[in-house]
Amino acid sequence: MDALIQQFFNVEIMLRALPLVLQGLKTTLLICLIVIPMGLLGGILVALGSLSRSRILVRLLTLFVDLLRALPPLVLLILVYSGLPFLGLRLSPLAAVTIAFFLNNAAYYGEIVRAGIESVPNGQWEAARSTGLRADQTFFWVVLPQSLRNVLPDLVSNTVEVVKLTSLASVVSLQEMLYSADMARSLTFNASPIVLAALIYFALLWPAVRLVSRLEHAAAR
Amino acid sequence: MERFLDSFLNPKLIAATWPAILQGLIVTIEIAALVVVSGLALGLALALLRWRAGAWFTWPLMVFVDLFRAVPPLVLVLLIFFGLPNVGIDLPSFAVLWLVLSLVLAAFAEEIVWAGLIAVRKGQWEAARSTGLSETQTLIYVVLPQALRLMVPPLTNRTIAITKNTALGTVIGVPEIMNQATTAVSFSGNATPLMMGAAAYLLLFVPIIGLGRWIEGRFAWRRQ
Repeated sequence: MDALIQQFFNVEIMLRALPLVLQGLKTTLLICLIVIPMGLLGGILVALGSLSRSRILVRLLTLFVDLLRALPPLVLLILVYSGLPFLGLRLSPLAAVTIAFFLNNAAYYGEIVRAGIESVPNGQWEAARSTGLRADQTFFWVVLPQSLRNVLPDLVSNTVEVVKLTSLASVVSLQEMLYSADMARSLTFNASPIVLAALIYFALLWPAVRLVSRLEHAAAR
Repeated sequence: MERFLDSFLNPKLIAATWPAILQGLIVTIEIAALVVVSGLALGLALALLRWRAGAWFTWPLMVFVDLFRAVPPLVLVLLIFFGLPNVGIDLPSFAVLWLVLSLVLAAFAEEIVWAGLIAVRKGQWEAARSTGLSETQTLIYVVLPQALRLMVPPLTNRTIAITKNTALGTVIGVPEIMNQATTAVSFSGNATPLMMGAAAYLLLFVPIIGLGRWIEGRFAWRRQ
């Protein structure tokens, strides 16, 4: 028991690792600030495209979404990070993470936003258009806000997943929180720094996880 | 164009690497199948226990469920893989990956099953009980079948997402698809094995995602 506490909950080691792990947390938050808005925007574009009248565009986007949903995000990341240099394109870890996560997130957010747009009744379009709004105004001011509200549980839950995904960046040695914690672990031969990182992830995401549960229970009733 | 083909779709390398990728594919399928079975079974068991046991069980369960839903799986994988050997427990990397992904799937599955159970209206319970069915019979014959409609679509999505996480095994050296591919890349200095790895994932998961869509359509909840 004592050995277990020494190995996983060593407060002294956690305190020593704290500055490094917090440094990593900054990078984790930076990645989130980049990839969440980009993914959401990409998702809205994908959703708009897959509801368009052009058959070819719809087919292409369905193919794109299905392929990206079939590839594990880590595979996509390694493909971008270690594959593109063979095309003569050497990317920094942050650039690789941004590109890989943009592709992955646009596909997932796209599916969610599309379901949201489909959930808004046609009458809303017609009513808004008949008041004199243009098509684009109708979309941005009438349809999109209602769509996003209708799929709020899925949006929040996917965003939680995106924050968790940022830990994959450690694999391409981007120094985010998991990378820093793992470095501290290899220096101290003790797993407490990773427990510390796990606790910070938990503190960061727990409110959102609870919120998702409540929204889902409310929707099920 | 020729240089592109040479470094991404090199026929000689394809011939040399495919046995390794195939082996990785089999390992990936093995872990994924094990995770699906043990994760879903544990999740269902936990939800039923929660229904039976009451508050003293709910609190520790919520801590487990929220922890495994909020902490990234890669963090858990590294924690267990590097932490346990130092306290004298030596698990092979295959077992670590299986354990972590099963627990994560169980945590999500418990929440989904529970949400399904409590969404069945109270009148259904009362009506079934008043016809003389026991509590367990009511659960199995009346409540679970109705809850299933609500549970299956999110459960399918979550299960697919978590089986895709078998790729995390490459970080701790589980010889699954990605591990085989990156090893071959570092030996050959060529991106062809990467493309083969990606193709193997597509081969495995495109049909599964199609199946998921079909299940979702079949079980879609239609409100009257």
